Amino acid sequence: MQELKSEPTPEEIREQKPYEAWGLSETEYDYISQKLIGRLPNYTETGLFAVMWSEHCSYKDSKPILRKFWNDGSRVIQGPGEGAGVLDIGDGQAVVFKAESHNHPSFVEPFEGAATGVGGIIRDIFSMGAKPIASLDSLRFGELNSQKNRYLLTEIVAGIAAYGNCIGIPTVGGEIGFDAVYDGNPLVNVMCVGLMDQADLKRGRATGTGNSIIYVGAKTGRDGIHGATFASNEFSEEKEADRSAVQVGDPFMEKLLTDACLEIIHDHAEILMGIQDMGAAGLVSSSAEMASKAKSGVTMDLDLVPQREPNMSAYEIMLSESQERMLLCVKKGEEQTVLDIFARYDLDAVVVGHVTDDRQYRLYQHGKLVTDVPVTSLVDDVLERKQPSRKPVRLENVQPAQAPVVQDPADTLKALLAQPTIASKKAVFSQYDSQVQANTAVTPGSDAAVVRVRHTKKALAMTTDCNARYIYLDPYVGGQIAVSEAARNIVASGGIPIGITDCLNFGSPNDPESYWELDQSVQGIALACEQFDTPVISGNVSMYNETDGHSIYPTPMIGMVGLIEDVAYITTQAFKNVGDAVYLIGETGDDFAGSEIQKLRGQVTPTGQLNFDLEAEAANQKLVQASIRQGLLQSAHDLSEGGLGVALAEALFESGLGFEGQTTLTNQQLFSETQSRFVVSVAPEDQAQFEALAGNRAVFLGKTTDGDQVRLTTTDGELKATCSELKATFGGALGCLMK
Amino acid sequence: MMKFAVVSFPGSNCDEDLYYAITDDLHETAKIVPHTATDLSEFDVVLIPGGFSYGDYLRSGAIAKFAPVMTAVKAFAQQGKPVLGICNGFQILTEAGLLPGTLQHNRQMQFICEPEPLRVENNQTTFTSAFQDQQQITLPIAHGEGNYYCDEATLTQLRHNHQIVFTYQNNPNGSVSDIAGITNEVGNVLGMMPHPERAVETIQGGTDGLLVFKSLLKAHLRTV
Repeated sequence: MQELKSEPTPEEIREQKPYEAWGLSETEYDYISQKLIGRLPNYTETGLFAVMWSEHCSYKDSKPILRKFWNDGSRVIQGPGEGAGVLDIGDGQAVVFKAESHNHPSFVEPFEGAATGVGGIIRDIFSMGAKPIASLDSLRFGELNSQKNRYLLTEIVAGIAAYGNCIGIPTVGGEIGFDAVYDGNPLVNVMCVGLMDQADLKRGRATGTGNSIIYVGAKTGRDGIHGATFASNEFSEEKEADRSAVQVGDPFMEKLLTDACLEIIHDHAEILMGIQDMGAAGLVSSSAEMASKAKSGVTMDLDLVPQREPNMSAYEIMLSESQERMLLCVKKGEEQTVLDIFARYDLDAVVVGHVTDDRQYRLYQHGKLVTDVPVTSLVDDVLERKQPSRKPVRLENVQPAQAPVVQDPADTLKALLAQPTIASKKAVFSQYDSQVQANTAVTPGSDAAVVRVRHTKKALAMTTDCNARYIYLDPYVGGQIAVSEAARNIVASGGIPIGITDCLNFGSPNDPESYWELDQSVQGIALACEQFDTPVISGNVSMYNETDGHSIYPTPMIGMVGLIEDVAYITTQAFKNVGDAVYLIGETGDDFAGSEIQKLRGQVTPTGQLNFDLEAEAANQKLVQASIRQGLLQSAHDLSEGGLGVALAEALFESGLGFEGQTTLTNQQLFSETQSRFVVSVAPEDQAQFEALAGNRAVFLGKTTDGDQVRLTTTDGELKATCSELKATFGGALGCLMK
Repeated sequence: MMKFAVVSFPGSNCDEDLYYAITDDLHETAKIVPHTATDLSEFDVVLIPGGFSYGDYLRSGAIAKFAPVMTAVKAFAQQGKPVLGICNGFQILTEAGLLPGTLQHNRQMQFICEPEPLRVENNQTTFTSAFQDQQQITLPIAHGEGNYYCDEATLTQLRHNHQIVFTYQNNPNGSVSDIAGITNEVGNVLGMMPHPERAVETIQGGTDGLLVFKSLLKAHLRTV
């Protein structure tokens, strides 16, 4: 084998260890040379191993934990391991979804980092054969009192809008939270949902010896080289030089690519053997994974790869993360059909190689063999590392949280409504096209977004959730709560939860406490998933979320999809009519650990013990589901940050109504964050039936009025405020903070 | 049956929405026509959808005006047949010179997506006869460049000829005279920024948009 003159020789690599800077350890390098390939890898091969063995591509650190997820279930057509997971939704149709993080790139170059995060996840969805029908964004920022954080928020939102709006997929929701721990490490998690006929299902496989490997889409440039290893290292301000690892997106190209690929999938399924996105680690990961899954080999000629720049080395071509590229495996002799379709869309499409039967991964450049290693050594033989794990000291001897003193509930409520995590996100959501495709039934801002399935009576509810303050206090219980709250959102919207995806945003796996938090929260998530029958069908791990030694709160974002079997069940959070009875479902305790009121009162880092009862959660959700199906609820809203006070206010805002009632709760309990609760409204004629169904799970709170006042008497005081004033606070807070 | 052409450019993204509004909700026929088409004579109406034709690179609508189909659209309009451009379609029609004025970046330099209250200023057109005069309606908007601009002389002419068809009630983007939609002088070409095709079914949040298509149907039935 021949080396390019400018590249170090295998012996020089062994001695100088450049691979360590790419994230490959000496142990791994030795294992590869001695056990897997039986010789020293050359420069190109070493680069391929470094990126394929990164945590981002191989999940080598997280795999032992991820196995604890539950991913069975009667609806599962495709679980983790493909571009995205697939669930049966009846009528021969399926829903496809996945979430992905783009945290590091979005910190370095927020606009392009966020935009390409949207682009990447969309390709995962249509590569399965599904039309992307919605996307959601789960974002976390440091507090907005810093100019840098305001800049990051503005640019990340603009990047999401620029890409998502252009490509014609509605951005229907998501959530945004703020906490000082995300200073220097914002989180950008994008979830995309697709819809397909089950018959159109495609997978990323390079099957059939002699079949062609076709490259399509944007030309390959030097952008994003080592993006995957970039995501698998801690970040420091000095490393802003890593800027070249961020890619630039072209949503117009992506739209053409989506349409062209879906046309081939629909019209020429019989000649398309496999298709996969060139995502992290670009051409090498897509081609090696497609060969691995098909138990085949692949040979490619890199001179045929469309290149944006001259003199690119094999290493650069293979590791480039240029956007808007796909890899297809097409039946030998049928290539022209596919090439013609791409030509009609003005897209570059080239046969770059073929499938072999010897399970070797071979690359040629300038007529010379530059890589010749077993496919399995790149994909399947990665050394898993079960990291040391240790319970953090802060979690020993945890005491109950102190209850705050609330003199005037109205003042407290106003202050909470102005907290950026709680305040209206309209200033952000109105920048997203949430209605293109004309199927959006519930737009951003309600508990879950709802998209109807055209030409059926079905709809899909979708939400993203994670209260990282709870996870920080107790990752096992916090993990259960994250899934439960997502399920509560789905149920309040009229749906049945059917599955989840996740983005596990954590600190470094080399930190035993961080690794313990990952393990515990995964177990908590798994437990709740079994309870709600929501298998984990896809997901993504983002570790090393640390800047200059400071870790974020562990933030396992849950993206959940629910099936609404009949659009008649669609329910929103706003009260509907004057004189409707308002009930609180679920018991309320003194739960202030990790709450927004705790933060508001100066306890920036959460403290205290979490209480949670998964059985009660499930029972309360069942009650809401049954009540909606019997047509008893005018509105339903889940209680989350800020408790009953905030939920009641939110239910009033879109209604233009007032409220009057009384409760046996105390002033402070109005802001308690006890889980498993809903506020619902019921028409007077349905009250008896609802009460019979609910038993002691629901308590009557009061009635909606035609006034502009909310008035709720407590055991030690009264919440009395003007709705329009509360609404102005809630509506204006984020816009003011962003300026 | 009435036959609608929905012209699709690379980057159009509301073409299917329009197709379904016509077929599912108006119950007439529609066909998505590629940007390479050269003959539109089989159609009764031409619809130019929203989206980001050619990525809106250079300037929205600036590249689309050179697409082969635009010659056919111009010929179609010259015969007095109805042409409706929505959002990016409106931008393309101004770039192509079929409508006066231009669409600039929104005043606040941000994309806006929200339901917008409008007033029907002229219900005597092919596109609005199913509305009441001065009817207040709500249609969704979703655009970054919807800030309509024209010079004083053009504005005077638009007013004089009753070419201003829809106006915003709370001007969201800085448009001159709150303009949301205008026709050409003859009245057979309408450009509008709001999306009627996103308001044709109750589940979408309203049905005011359906009246635009019903007006076209009404006008067609009169001529047959």
